[in-house]
Amino acid sequence: MNRTALIACAALAALIPLVAGDYYINLSSQILIAAVFALSLNLLVGYGGLTSLGHAAYMGVSAYLSGWLFLKFGMGHLLSAPLAVLGTTLMAALFGLIALRASGIGFLMITLALGQVLWGLAFRWVSVTNGDNGLSGLTRPMPFGIDLTGAIPFYYFTLLISIVSIACIAAFSYSAFGAVLRGTRDQPRRMLALGHNVWMVRYVTFITAGFWSAVSGLLYVYYHKFIHPAALALTNSAEVLLMVIAGGTGTLVGPVVGAIVVILLKNYVSAFVERWTMLLGFVFLLIVLFMPDGLVPGFKRLWVRFARRHA
Amino acid sequence: MSAAMTQNAELALEVRGLRKAFGGLPATNDVSLSIAAGERRLIIGPNGAGKTTLFNLIAGDLRADQGSIKLFGEEVARLRTDQRAQRGLARTFQIITLFPRDTLAHNVVLAMLGLSPSRWDALRPLSRRRDLYEKARGVLARVGLESAAERPLAQVSYGEKRRVEIAMALAQNPRLLLLDEPLAGLSQEERQSVQALLAAIPRDITVIMIEHDMDTALSFAERITLLHYGKVIVEGTRAEVVAHPRTREVYLGA
Repeated sequence: MNRTALIACAALAALIPLVAGDYYINLSSQILIAAVFALSLNLLVGYGGLTSLGHAAYMGVSAYLSGWLFLKFGMGHLLSAPLAVLGTTLMAALFGLIALRASGIGFLMITLALGQVLWGLAFRWVSVTNGDNGLSGLTRPMPFGIDLTGAIPFYYFTLLISIVSIACIAAFSYSAFGAVLRGTRDQPRRMLALGHNVWMVRYVTFITAGFWSAVSGLLYVYYHKFIHPAALALTNSAEVLLMVIAGGTGTLVGPVVGAIVVILLKNYVSAFVERWTMLLGFVFLLIVLFMPDGLVPGFKRLWVRFARRHA
Repeated sequence: MSAAMTQNAELALEVRGLRKAFGGLPATNDVSLSIAAGERRLIIGPNGAGKTTLFNLIAGDLRADQGSIKLFGEEVARLRTDQRAQRGLARTFQIITLFPRDTLAHNVVLAMLGLSPSRWDALRPLSRRRDLYEKARGVLARVGLESAAERPLAQVSYGEKRRVEIAMALAQNPRLLLLDEPLAGLSQEERQSVQALLAAIPRDITVIMIEHDMDTALSFAERITLLHYGKVIVEGTRAEVVAHPRTREVYLGA
């Protein structure tokens, strides 16, 4: 996606509160948060070829840290936000050392295991996490004294953070490092022979993905003003992986489209059907059957075929 | 002895007592090699003689069970593949190992990034690095592929891919270049063009080549090493090796 398209999308997104009510504005905030979360995972899955099934760990821990620092020490957001992101990024640096001993299915299993450990901790370490009750009574920040309680100011806050995050992730993927990362995905052995430290490239990416996931975790906890072990659950990791794969891995637009599809389905369908995850599974199955590389590349191909036929 | 000592300083590669076994089957069995700086060495041997295994041991893709590998006097046997590449070792692969979705120029840029600190640059767009792409086109011109620089690799012929393999190695300005069957699968005309390309490699690059095409290989190399069952059977000048009875026995099949 080029810069003008990105700016056009951002401008359109900025217009949403002018035409939509609070429900849709909040839905849009959720989509933006999920989009940043999915894009952070896409760094690993799409560009690095490393499928993680434990990415909720970084979103959840960052959210928990932010809440815990406030409840335990009464820490303000100006301090707790960078600390939460820093703590989570350090955790990614530690987990990366363990997970990157493998690639492929081994990597997936290790990330899954690490995620499950944290999920278990969130349930059992009651003195810190308040167990199944979660941490409640949290607040939203007030940047420059602006009250973010309402749907509209919070949406613009989320939009701003999302745009900055997406721009940074885009820069990362277009950079020399991004090209090297894709190289390690396609031909790791050749990259080694060319002098690239494949492990280090993957490790740096793992930490970067953890960092942006932590940023989405902050937005997540600000939105809900509450954090529960469910945020660390396997279903959350699976859901974000679904967004990336359904939208199209290794593209910038794909995970955003995936986030839109999953969040809309979740919100609309769950109002009518209790087993909305079953429908999500169906949709995913259809995507995999008919557009195995995701919606964005799939529709792009359809469009090219259509344009050729009508040229 | 003293003559050998003084010569050591000029050795591009010195391999001593190298061993590698796969589940008890020795693929490289006590191999020792000395290759002078600037030399053109040919490694021959029947299928399964351990030629590619030897390359993988030298390049670092495989770890030796025993033995030492000195690259320009420095022991590298315990270094990773990428660390050896940083020290001036480049190679091509017998089975083409390139980036099919990217353009030829991008393939070469990835090779140049391998030895450039820019590879850690995660902010500036790579497409703006005109300097790198300009240089990549220059390298592609050296192998006669300048006009195809912007084409995706998947769209060029097999022979052209072989030349991209060589271009990527040359782009790194290596001190020691390992060529693993650079002529495999090429037509007669393609062979001649690649042969000319190999002959044009500057003398400050030491070249070790595995090749089956004897005509090309023999005209290229000054010294030849014959491997058989992971062992060095014969080593010497072109004439010596060709005339050696063991060569006829195991390789030329005469």
